[in-house]
Amino acid sequence: MEQLKTIGRELAMGSQGGFGQSKEFLDLVKSIGEARSKAEEDRIVLSEIDILKRKLLEPDIPKRKMKEYIIRLVYIEMLGHDASFGYIHAVKMTHDDNLLLKRTGYLAVTLFLNEDHDLIILIVNTIQKDLRSDNYLVVCAALNAICRLINEETIPAVLPQVVDLLNHHKEAVRKKAIMALHRFHRKSPSSVSHLISNFRKRLCDNDPGVMGATLCPLFDLITEDVASYKDLVSSFVSILKQVTERRLPKSYDYHQMPAPFIQIKLLKIMALLGSGDKSASEIMYMVLGDLFKKCDSSTNIGNAILYECIRSISCIIPSPKLLEAAADAISKFLKSDSHNLKYMGIDGLGRLIKISPDIAEQHQLAVIDCLEDPDDTLKRKTFELLYKMTKSSNVEVIVDRMIDYMISINDNHYKTEIASRCVELAEQFAPSNQWFIQIMNKVFEHAGDLVNIKVAHNLMRLIAEGFGEDDDDADSKLRLSAVESYLQIMSEPKLPSLFLQVISWVLGEYGTADGKYSASYISGKLCDVADAYSSDETVKGYAVSALMKIYAFEIASGRKVDVLPECQSLIEELLASHSTDLQQRAYELQALLALDARAVESILPLDASCEDIEFDKDLSFLNGYIQQAIESGAQPYISERERSGMLETTDYHSQDHHEVPSHALRFEAYERPKPSSLRTQASTELVPLPEPSYYSEAHQPISTSSVSERESSEIKLRLDGVKQKWGRPSYQSSTSASSTPPQAANGTSSHPDVGVGSSSLKPRSSYESKKPEIYPEKQRLAASLFGGSSSSRSDRKSSSGGHKPAKGTASKPPKENPIPVQPPPDLLDFGEPTATSVTATDPFKELEGLMDSSSQDGGSTDVMGVLYSDAAPVTTTTSVDSLLSELSDSSKGNPGTYQSQTSKGPNSQEALEKDALVRQMGVNPTSQNPTLFKDLLG
Amino acid sequence: KIERSERERGRKMGIRFILMVNKQGQTRLAQYYEWLTLEERRALEGEIVRKCLARNDQQQCSFVEHRNYKIVYRRYASLFFMVGVDDDENELAILEFIHLLVETMDKHFGNVCELDIMFHLEKAHFMLEEMVMNGCIVETSKANILSPIQLMDKAH
Repeated sequence: MEQLKTIGRELAMGSQGGFGQSKEFLDLVKSIGEARSKAEEDRIVLSEIDILKRKLLEPDIPKRKMKEYIIRLVYIEMLGHDASFGYIHAVKMTHDDNLLLKRTGYLAVTLFLNEDHDLIILIVNTIQKDLRSDNYLVVCAALNAICRLINEETIPAVLPQVVDLLNHHKEAVRKKAIMALHRFHRKSPSSVSHLISNFRKRLCDNDPGVMGATLCPLFDLITEDVASYKDLVSSFVSILKQVTERRLPKSYDYHQMPAPFIQIKLLKIMALLGSGDKSASEIMYMVLGDLFKKCDSSTNIGNAILYECIRSISCIIPSPKLLEAAADAISKFLKSDSHNLKYMGIDGLGRLIKISPDIAEQHQLAVIDCLEDPDDTLKRKTFELLYKMTKSSNVEVIVDRMIDYMISINDNHYKTEIASRCVELAEQFAPSNQWFIQIMNKVFEHAGDLVNIKVAHNLMRLIAEGFGEDDDDADSKLRLSAVESYLQIMSEPKLPSLFLQVISWVLGEYGTADGKYSASYISGKLCDVADAYSSDETVKGYAVSALMKIYAFEIASGRKVDVLPECQSLIEELLASHSTDLQQRAYELQALLALDARAVESILPLDASCEDIEFDKDLSFLNGYIQQAIESGAQPYISERERSGMLETTDYHSQDHHEVPSHALRFEAYERPKPSSLRTQASTELVPLPEPSYYSEAHQPISTSSVSERESSEIKLRLDGVKQKWGRPSYQSSTSASSTPPQAANGTSSHPDVGVGSSSLKPRSSYESKKPEIYPEKQRLAASLFGGSSSSRSDRKSSSGGHKPAKGTASKPPKENPIPVQPPPDLLDFGEPTATSVTATDPFKELEGLMDSSSQDGGSTDVMGVLYSDAAPVTTTTSVDSLLSELSDSSKGNPGTYQSQTSKGPNSQEALEKDALVRQMGVNPTSQNPTLFKDLLG
Repeated sequence: KIERSERERGRKMGIRFILMVNKQGQTRLAQYYEWLTLEERRALEGEIVRKCLARNDQQQCSFVEHRNYKIVYRRYASLFFMVGVDDDENELAILEFIHLLVETMDKHFGNVCELDIMFHLEKAHFMLEEMVMNGCIVETSKANILSPIQLMDKAH
């Protein structure tokens, strides 16, 4: 019993010997642990703040007491209250000689302070001293603090020492030093630009931990400048190979997988290096192929690596063989019961679809299942996929679905995103103007306050300009339908401001144009708007201007204008408005009403919103006046820029080199955005939305046409020559020439496909057989999304199966697609061989042989691995591994479960003992929160 | 300063925060790898906890999107581990990273429970300091993660 008690004390007090925790601390933790509500927790913390404020004022606080106070301060901030009154004590504790106290001090400081806090300056000195310590743990503690606290200004104070530490004899120090450099690089790249070679050097460190850590800064560096690191491709490949061959120490294994986190980082780096680089990609083929064979898809970590492989393959220029392996992995993910894996599968599909557009075809039902899943996360991911595979043949279904979803959610962040995606897709692929306006109305109605104002302007421009086909009849029909829909929507309460602006503008321009609606009817409606949204000045402004146009058109056409009494009172109200803008509009309207028809017509001509208004930017008509003034002795005008340049002559030219250490205040303006980033900026201005990756990767000159086309679509909606997002563009251009050759190509490719493609066909059929009844509406949805129809499923099977999307577009002749679309070049090169994977055997056959032989090698090492892994868990990690099986979704049927449960016996007993003893220590688990004592893994 | 924070915001940094929250929604450990003010943390934690706890973990993904973060979470007994990551992080790997963290704590505390973390908050932080720096996973060998802590224990 006595012995148990001491064990218990150790457990309750921590195994910190002399620095055990006091009753006070135990009580605090206990009461926090048992607090039933946030309010109760807040009360406890507030009284704790009072206590600590008092205690910290006491003189000569013993060190171990102080350490406890500091932890209590950490608790206060963690629970959301301000503990700034005690920061200084944490700072002082970093000076302590005792390592534990010092580290606790550093920890608290890093949790409390941001890098610009005034107290940091007091710590820099301590850090400098600690970096020189003989105790490597002290050095490590200081390096940890550097990674959190050092900012651009203080880097020079510690940089030389950190660089020295890169060659420290302790690997832990080297690792942290390299991470400190990483931090400096992030904070101020120029401060370490001369030290970049150190990152390369540490990649070859003897210690795998240092090597693994070095991958982090290298990943950043390579992201910024791929070209300078191409020479490292084979090094990374060989490191990855060695890792997979279990050359690293066993302690890096995780669930029998050798150093999986290092593998994943390497794969990320390889994805960067192989992107758009065929020769670099080729070096990677072998190791990637091996990984697909080696990875155990029954564990989460194995799947994590497989997923990373898929990502890498979608970035590099892959071989057909790898693409196939990736596609197989994806179908395994999608067929899994685990939602996590389905999610990864959908994500992978979205990545691979740009390289091999056919791949989604075989998973259509799985995709629709995910779309209809109650899990929001999965649903969103699936919407992302649909967004990527939208084309003109399925845009209606997809956008309708998106809008339904958009209406159903409350999360404004995501609402904004999905609304902007709807707008983008509608602008790009709209099948008809009516549909486009309908979609826009819905977006505005339900997310009007969240969309960018540019979208509204685009819509107005579209309605004004029509589709530029010189078909006035169609244009006026479009306008009439817009006017009609707006008159209908207007009666609904609480419309977003932006939408009302569009409505008012359109009604003003075109409300009476068709003669269907009278001026008094439209003007009455406009007054209603101004009335109902009287607090919104912008809407009111739009409404008044619209009124002015309506009246102007009436006057110009010689009709007599009856100003409705409510309009009259609106004008009078606005004449006295506080807003000068509204006042001016009202006065202008009043003045206009008094003019004759000829004058009015020249002020506000009918349907002239598209006319260019010329204006003279240089104000050249003033030249004579200026000349005269100068001749009579006036000073010439000096532009503002020049004037400010004269004020600070020294700094003016430093605009270009920005990274000059900015210890002093900077006076020059921020750098102008570089032209290369202009395009992305424009799109972020429109909506916060990641660009579809096609564009970001298609920077080759050929694709500029499509890019500029897209840009112009922001100004004006163009439906001619829309870019097909899915389907094979090469095929399309050939349809215009003749329609038979592609068919033949289909036929020839279908036969060999049976051999190679059997692996991809078989799983699908098994999937279908698993679910014999597929609801007809689901099938219909699938058909509309994926371009096939339920009836044609059988004939697709008889043909190749992979070519459905192309066929879908073929059966529907591209009516609005006279311009052959330029495909993104590098991707397409490889789209071709994939489709006819078998014909392109020659170059890869050798590789295939190589891979097979290597896989046999790999197999033998795997056997070793299995032997090891059989031995390892039993001796060392039994309890953990077995408990895992209860929790993790993947490791079903682990034969060790029974055994482990028996071994769990003593463990749980131990836990009970721990409970009992903790209780004795005065921390009674009352009924309120008994789970406090539950083992996390149990 | 504005320029600097803009530059950093644009950068992907992997892990942005690690939270341990019990099923009543009370924070048990919080570590942020980018600076947020107390108010921002409070609000963020509230939103995330509400979101994650509302999901039934049986049939749903262990991932939730929130603002610009993706939250990867996993529940152990009464405790939720939540890791906020950038959009392009490998979610499954983060899920396993959480498990590695729990295994590591288990190795140190022996059948680790919520109370162990509460009583030894600083130790839990020390482990995280070894595992994650600058938002990157830098150490995954349990021996390496625990050795400084064991050395410190021995010294006292």
